[in-house]
Amino acid sequence: MKRVSTKVVAGGILLVALLLAGFVSFYASDSPDGLESVAEDKGFVDTAGDHATGDGPLADYDAGLDSERASVGVAGVVGVLVVLALGTGLTYVVRRRTREVDDERDSATTSA
Amino acid sequence: MHVPDGFFDAPTSVVTGVVAAAAVGVSLRKARNELDDRTAPLVGLVAAFVFAAQMLNFPVVSGTSGHLMGGAIAAVLVGPWTGVLCLSTVLLVQGLLFADGGITALGTNVVLMAVTTVVVGWAVFRGLQVVLPKNTAMVPVCASVGAFVSVPVASLVFVALYAVGGGADISIGGLATAMVGVHALIGIGEAAITFLAVGSILAVRPDLVYGARRVLEQRELVIRSSTTEVAA
Repeated sequence: MKRVSTKVVAGGILLVALLLAGFVSFYASDSPDGLESVAEDKGFVDTAGDHATGDGPLADYDAGLDSERASVGVAGVVGVLVVLALGTGLTYVVRRRTREVDDERDSATTSA
Repeated sequence: MHVPDGFFDAPTSVVTGVVAAAAVGVSLRKARNELDDRTAPLVGLVAAFVFAAQMLNFPVVSGTSGHLMGGAIAAVLVGPWTGVLCLSTVLLVQGLLFADGGITALGTNVVLMAVTTVVVGWAVFRGLQVVLPKNTAMVPVCASVGAFVSVPVASLVFVALYAVGGGADISIGGLATAMVGVHALIGIGEAAITFLAVGSILAVRPDLVYGARRVLEQRELVIRSSTTEVAA
């Protein structure tokens, strides 16, 4: 069997992530999540304060478009791309530092 | 399980913030050993997938939903230290951009959903790998059990934090029962998604799954030793 290339795997994951966040997310349950629901039952949900970035353009996964479907979809796609960029950038930085450390070690060994 | 601002008092939020920062700092150093040419291209994508999957709340009991946390998925796919970084990135973006999880609660959320789910998910995964048959087909099974356990444990860590610095005077025993009950159910969803995600990548490229490496290396050793015997 022909080996699937890493690029194809990466593209597949990205496609799935974009589909889930951009399209399937519209069908997600609106019910409160486990913590929120327990907080309601136990009567401490009101201790939650206003969110500092609660007025942001994408707050609550709502891009503020006319269509609710488009709003959550756009918010989801933006989120996927931002997380992808940050995660990839972080990997790059961590790996570059690794190489620098290795280089220093190598040059130390050769000079010794 | 995104904790909003105000659930915890200031000292607790500061302490969880310090613990979270320390965990991310250690992970940044340790992740170097996990990141190689095979795992590195997938890290950002795994984080993006976890973000997308976290948007999908699924109903658990009447009027309550749950969503993936993703610690076990990330740990098994790219390694536990890198997994903490993936989940922390997701939580940071959710808190800042989407008002999902309080800004002052970011440390608490990292402790609960990045550190706890990764540590528990990975520990259970590795523990099962040691005792169960060493073949790649077991990798998604071990991962999904780790995923299942990680969710109620994270809810218990929330309860423990609430006992120390919760903003309301409520029965901790009652809170524990309610939290573990609903999160055990959410854990079933977490296990199913983890099984599918890890199983899919394993099916096409097992060498890209960090948690499958030990199994694959052992298999290679067996093959090599048997060919030497034939040659001899």
